[in-house]
Formats: sequence, structure tokens, C-alpha cells
Amino acid sequence: MKQQTEQVVLTYQMLPIGEAALMVEFGKGIHPETNKKVKALSDYLEQQPLPGMLEYVSAYSSVTVFFNPAQVKQNYQQQSGSHTEPLAYEMVAGLLENVLNNLDYSAATSPRTVEIPVCYGGEYGPDLAFVAEYNELSIEEVINIHCQGQYLVYMIGFAPGFPYLGGMEEKIATPRRSSPRLEIPAGSVGIAGMQTGVYPITTPGGWQLIGRTPLALFRPQDEIPSLLRAGDVIKFKSISLAEYDEYKEGRP
Amino acid sequence: MSMTVIRPGLLSSIQDQGRYGFQKYGVIVSGTMDSYALRVANILVGNEESEGVLEMTLMGPTLKLEQDMLIAITGGDMVPTINSVPVPMWRPVYVKQGSVLAFKGCRPGCRSYLAVAGGYDIPSVMGSKSTYLRAGIGGFGGRALQQDDVLPVQNSLSTRARRLLKQLSISIQDKEFAAADWCAAKAHILHSSQPITVRVTSGSQYEYFSPESKEQFFSQPFRVTPQSDRMGYRLAGPELTLSQPLEMISEAVALGTVQVPPDGNPIILLADRQTAGGYPKIAQIAAVDVAIIAQTRPGEQIRFQEISLQEAQRLYLEREEYLHQLRQAIGLRLL
Repeated sequence: MKQQTEQVVLTYQMLPIGEAALMVEFGKGIHPETNKKVKALSDYLEQQPLPGMLEYVSAYSSVTVFFNPAQVKQNYQQQSGSHTEPLAYEMVAGLLENVLNNLDYSAATSPRTVEIPVCYGGEYGPDLAFVAEYNELSIEEVINIHCQGQYLVYMIGFAPGFPYLGGMEEKIATPRRSSPRLEIPAGSVGIAGMQTGVYPITTPGGWQLIGRTPLALFRPQDEIPSLLRAGDVIKFKSISLAEYDEYKEGRP
Repeated sequence: MSMTVIRPGLLSSIQDQGRYGFQKYGVIVSGTMDSYALRVANILVGNEESEGVLEMTLMGPTLKLEQDMLIAITGGDMVPTINSVPVPMWRPVYVKQGSVLAFKGCRPGCRSYLAVAGGYDIPSVMGSKSTYLRAGIGGFGGRALQQDDVLPVQNSLSTRARRLLKQLSISIQDKEFAAADWCAAKAHILHSSQPITVRVTSGSQYEYFSPESKEQFFSQPFRVTPQSDRMGYRLAGPELTLSQPLEMISEAVALGTVQVPPDGNPIILLADRQTAGGYPKIAQIAAVDVAIIAQTRPGEQIRFQEISLQEAQRLYLEREEYLHQLRQAIGLRLL
């Protein structure tokens, strides 16, 4: 039998967030390699939730596990028959350590690629011309650069279904607007500094708006309420206003 | 069955224990601010502890109960009355059809809770009846109650609720309501003096704060500012600073996390907190004391007291034990 084990040393740090949560930190920065470790642990917890776990939340370089100390303790005592009163935190840390030591890092599911159609400019992208001007590019060049990129979804947060994306070209980086808009419509695609992103729900914000997608990123009626998940790779595709309207009509 | 909203109050919304399992998709937990009041209210009317209740803020609503109902009111004291007669809190109350349940301003406390036997008849969204106000989902139409709303109530009652009703129906006679002659323990907040002590464990970045800030955090009182809501309580007090600038990236935050933005004024993250944040965290409020914050009003003062993780866990388990005993005691009274 062919042995195919990739030796990856998982270095991590654990710390309590109060008596009912624990954070596993794989690093301090924003790096795809660190995020892969986050993904590997998240995938494991998705498949095999720990006893007493309420949920987990993955971020750029960390996974936080929320648990019910009473349930964790109950489960532990049943297993070990111990009469001492250790911390639920320590029990969860012990379980996680075991998971992390045996985690097949190479088995992390390969990323999904999600295509996001965007109608650039016009009414939907009122700041596209400013982004072009600021970077001394033509409008077409900005659209091309934005569409050529492959963006890693590091984490979902800030708003329901909002992706924290990495991988934008510095050539189109643009500072935030000096005065934020009171209302940015859902689906707006924007740039803020070195970041690009899509607004899933209508919120105030200071991003430079370059276009809009007809896709709903937040889907409260679906089993998974977010179009995107941490670890996905997204690509933007330029569509016309007519195509935008078709997409909108196609989705009930 | 239903309740008709005569006056909605300042902010009255359906909340339960919260929407768990979806923070990884950016969906906030929501839920009651005071989960002790939620759980006790539900236990008192024979519901599952996690059932949705009406959370009422600062100024309560006026409701007309269209059928006979078994209710319980917990949390802050909004001087509740039924047809102008004061109704006791923290116990089951059998109310006759057509009665008007009125709440006033909240004192002491900030939030009062109304549970009804069977629960409010509204659909769960992502496994929870909690209202997610900003996204407009969950609860009653994704929003706070408004005048003339008709809030549906489940018809089917638990065995326990039916037994409670039967017992109380003996003493109701021709009165409009009958309350049990026993009650659950009020939360501590409702009889404590200012500044209110809140117990905390160390936050993830506690060590990065300046020695002076660490000292002041525990020695000085902080005032709850008017910019405080279900998302977070913004505090004013000594300006807290880091020893040196700290590069931080977004990570998960928890209920009761105390974070400090660059302006140095701490924010306590509460039920409607975002799922992640990138500010340094100085402390984490013990889970049992989050209910204290929930009952603190703008203008009031709080003081932080450091406890160990062991102590925080002990308090947590003690509360679970009390709620367990409450369930059992009510069961015994119904034998």
C-alpha cells in the first residue's frame, strides 16, 4: 500500500475566552498557509463536533470553540469516572490537542471556486471612475484587474455572509471614501484600501463602490445561509446590465 | 390564541437562547440579553428553557390577552399590572381572557421578560425564534413589536403547564388573575447598590495593556453611556491604553467580551455583537454576570472585579444547579 503522508507540523497556541470558550491560534498574521490550518480544524469540527460544543467560529488565523461547561464536564466524568473538578476549558483543550496531533492536514477539502458575476460601473458602481483615476488606469483596466484575481475567502464575518477576501492586486487599491455612505445596497462590490469585498445586506459604509452582483450572499432560508464559506476561492466575472437583470429575474 | 399590542413599548422583541451554529457564516447569535430571566420565566410556565419570550426594554408595552393564558414575568421591574391591579413577578400567573397587561418604565433594571405557556407561535429561522433586528429576520416579522400587532400564542401546553393552570384555577374564582404563592429567586442585580460589581476573567490581550490601565480597569468605576444597546455597552471612565501598539487581525469574540478601541473607552459585547472583531480585549465577563450588564441602564456605574477561571466556572455550574433545582421544586409542587 502506498503511504502518502504529508508531514506538517502544526504549531498553535490555545487560550481561554472566559469559562465557556477556547481559541486555537495558528499564527498572528494573514497568510493562506495559516488559514489552511484553520480550515483543516474547522472541517474536522464540522464533521465531528466535540461533546458539549455549541459551535465553532473560524477567523483569519484562529478557530474559537464555544462550549457549555456543564455539558463538557458531564461528558468527561462519564468517560473517565474521575471525581476531581478540572476546568471544562482544560478538558476541551485536551480533546483539541488530540485532534490537532492527529489532524491530517493534507486531507483538507480542496477549495471550491465560486464565480461572482458583477455589473461594473454605472449606477451600480458610482466610484469606479474614481478608482481608475486614483490608480491612473482606464476603467476597463480596473475591471480587468479585478476580474483576473483569484480571491481566497479567509473568513466570513462582519455581516451575515460577508467574505473577508485576500488577493487583490495593489494596482487597484484605493482608500476609503472620506465620508461614508449612509446606505450601501446589498450586492455592492467595493474596494477599501488593499481589500475588496461584497456587501451581503444593506449597511452604511465607506467603501469605494465599483459594481454590484445580482447574487444573494446571505440566504437566511437556506440550510447554509451563506453563499460563500471560509476557504472558498472566488472569481469575479464582468456582466452587462441586461445580464444583471436576467440573473435577478432568474432567482426568485 | 394571541395577544394584541395596544402600545408597543420602547423596544419589545421576541428572543430566545440565541441562534447558535451560524456565526461561522457571519450570522450573529442574538437572543435575550438576560438569559437567567429567560430561563426562569420559561421554567415557571412549564416551557422548555430555550423557548422564545418577549424582551421589553426600558419602557414596557401594553398587551391585551385574547384568551386565558399562563404567564410569568421576570427580569427588571416594569411595575406590571393586569387591569390596573399590580401583578407579582418571578412566579406563574393565570390570566383571564380579555385582561390588559400593562408595563411601565423599568426600575430597578433595564429589561423585563414575558413568557407564556406554550410559547409564542412564530416560526424558527435557523433554529431560533430570536429577532435579528438588523437583518430583519426571526422573531415577529424580523422586527420589534408595533401597535396593533397580533402576537400569536401556541395552543398546545406541556403537561406541567396544564397542571399549573389547574392548581391556579382553584384560587382564581371571579378574579382576573391568580398568581402562585411561591416564586423563583430574583437576579442579584435587582437589589444591589452602585457601582454594580461585575466579575471578569482576563481578556486575550490583557497583558498588552499598560500597567496603569490594568490598575485603573479594576480600581475605577465606569459609566454606562447612552450609546449602549443590544449590540454592546459603551463605557466611559479612565482612558485605557496599550503599552505599545499592537497589530491585530479579526478573531472571534464572545458574549461579554470587553474590547478597547483606539479611543480607550471599553465596549462590552452583548447579544447582538458581530461575530468577529479586531480590537484588543482586556477582559471577559463571567457568563453569569452578563445578566447584570443586561439589567444596567445608561448612566449607571459598574466596577470590574477580577476572578479566576475556576471561580467563573464554579459560578456557572452553581447557576445551572439552581435552575435544575427550580425545575425539580416546581415538579414537586405539582404532585
